[in-house]
Amino acid sequence: MNANTIITTAPSKLTGYCEFQLGNFSFSRDEYFVYVRWPAPATGTQTTHVMSADAFLRAMMRDVAWGFFYGQVNFDAVFGTTNLYGQVEVYAGAFNPAYASNKLALKETFDTPIVMATFKAILDDWTNKGFDPFAAPEETGTAWLGQKNGHNREAIDRARATCRRMPGLKGDAPLRTDDSGYPVNRAFRDVSQDEPVVMAEPGFENEVSAFNLFKFLSRSDVTWNPSITSVCKESLFCPTTEEYILPIKHGNDRVEWFLQLSDEITWDVESKETGMPRAKLTMRPGDVACMPADIRHQGFSHKRSMLLVWENANPELPKLYASGKLPINPIAF
Amino acid sequence: MSAYTTRFGSLRNFQKGEIEIISDNPKNFAFSNVFDVASKSAPYEKVVVARNLQYVIEAIRAEGTSAWYAADHDEFVIVMDGAVEVELVKLDNPAEVALPGTNGAVMVRGEPAGKRMGRILLGRGHQALLPKGAAYRFRAEQPGCMIQQGIFGALSVEKWADICYR
Repeated sequence: MNANTIITTAPSKLTGYCEFQLGNFSFSRDEYFVYVRWPAPATGTQTTHVMSADAFLRAMMRDVAWGFFYGQVNFDAVFGTTNLYGQVEVYAGAFNPAYASNKLALKETFDTPIVMATFKAILDDWTNKGFDPFAAPEETGTAWLGQKNGHNREAIDRARATCRRMPGLKGDAPLRTDDSGYPVNRAFRDVSQDEPVVMAEPGFENEVSAFNLFKFLSRSDVTWNPSITSVCKESLFCPTTEEYILPIKHGNDRVEWFLQLSDEITWDVESKETGMPRAKLTMRPGDVACMPADIRHQGFSHKRSMLLVWENANPELPKLYASGKLPINPIAF
Repeated sequence: MSAYTTRFGSLRNFQKGEIEIISDNPKNFAFSNVFDVASKSAPYEKVVVARNLQYVIEAIRAEGTSAWYAADHDEFVIVMDGAVEVELVKLDNPAEVALPGTNGAVMVRGEPAGKRMGRILLGRGHQALLPKGAAYRFRAEQPGCMIQQGIFGALSVEKWADICYR
């Protein structure tokens, strides 16, 4: 199967939306809801999972934008994906004890390009004009609901902002300004827009460099979508701005760290394998906490906040954690 | 008037968050606060607040003038509170200061030999590159707080039991 083999139907005469098929999973939506259906391995009978269409689209948007991210991307307690780096495992119920123990769960593995192509096609068809899955609900409203009404390709085709070393350096990622299409977000109008004073001697202009990270973040036009703002070998600083609910539950395949830069986020931490609650963390400015390699987590930010997500991009880590060669909790004391 | 108020922390005004345990151990989250750490640290003590194998984030109290440091890899600093000046010198012989392959920052003995690269004045939220092959030092007239992205090295200090929820 190649990336051009997207299995879809003609638009529904009732709603205007197409249906999609990926392996044994089928996806459809109507005015309010998305339906994921799959044959139960135990009986072969159809099993149906329903999600609100806005929640599904916000989750799928992150899965696509992050290239399936590090580990699990749980759309909710039932449906999600696991990044196998080159392949993607799509599952329903596999990490939900009720489905799994009753043999109702299905996991299927595909080459990454076909999952990416199918998910992008779903996003393209099901995202109505005026709905931005990256935006906070207050910003994008209820354009997601109802019968099919156009597209919002400008929103869903955004590239994730990354840098090679640090934004602002010559040849590296640009800084954000009004002129480049990044006005200050409504929730950060009180954030200082001053710049560091850089006094470089001739010949060192590209090494003596600094920028206002908080200004950069105050101009982010997305939520729950980390960019990369500094690279120290495999150590990536991935700050992001967060508002409302992280649309997915991220199941870690490696240790991840959070440093709260502004405001407050509450994190629900659950078992990665079962979803059983483990802890609730409330993080305030300056707080640092690790997310162990065996959990899933979901954040809640009542006011748009700035969060530094810190990742180790070493590609060997998933195997090392899965084999027990690295401790799931990075700090022992 | 802004409809929203953005809250940042400072050495003088921070409120550490909380962990509510359901079925876990608070130690597993290594939960600390950089302002709390820096408020109790010696000037320019590099206290590790996050570690992912060899990589670290260090919380640093900026106060007075630091020693000169250098590293065999890029590092980055973000000022979380206060005003900090960074001075940079391109080392004539960087391998004599930090041997190739050395992880983390090392202290430069005496004044660094090399060409002046320039200075940077950083305020809250500002981030600077501390480039490989350069010596750098910090200066802060008033106590401030920085975080530094780098690799665990000889100057990194770990005191998890003192800084984390237990």
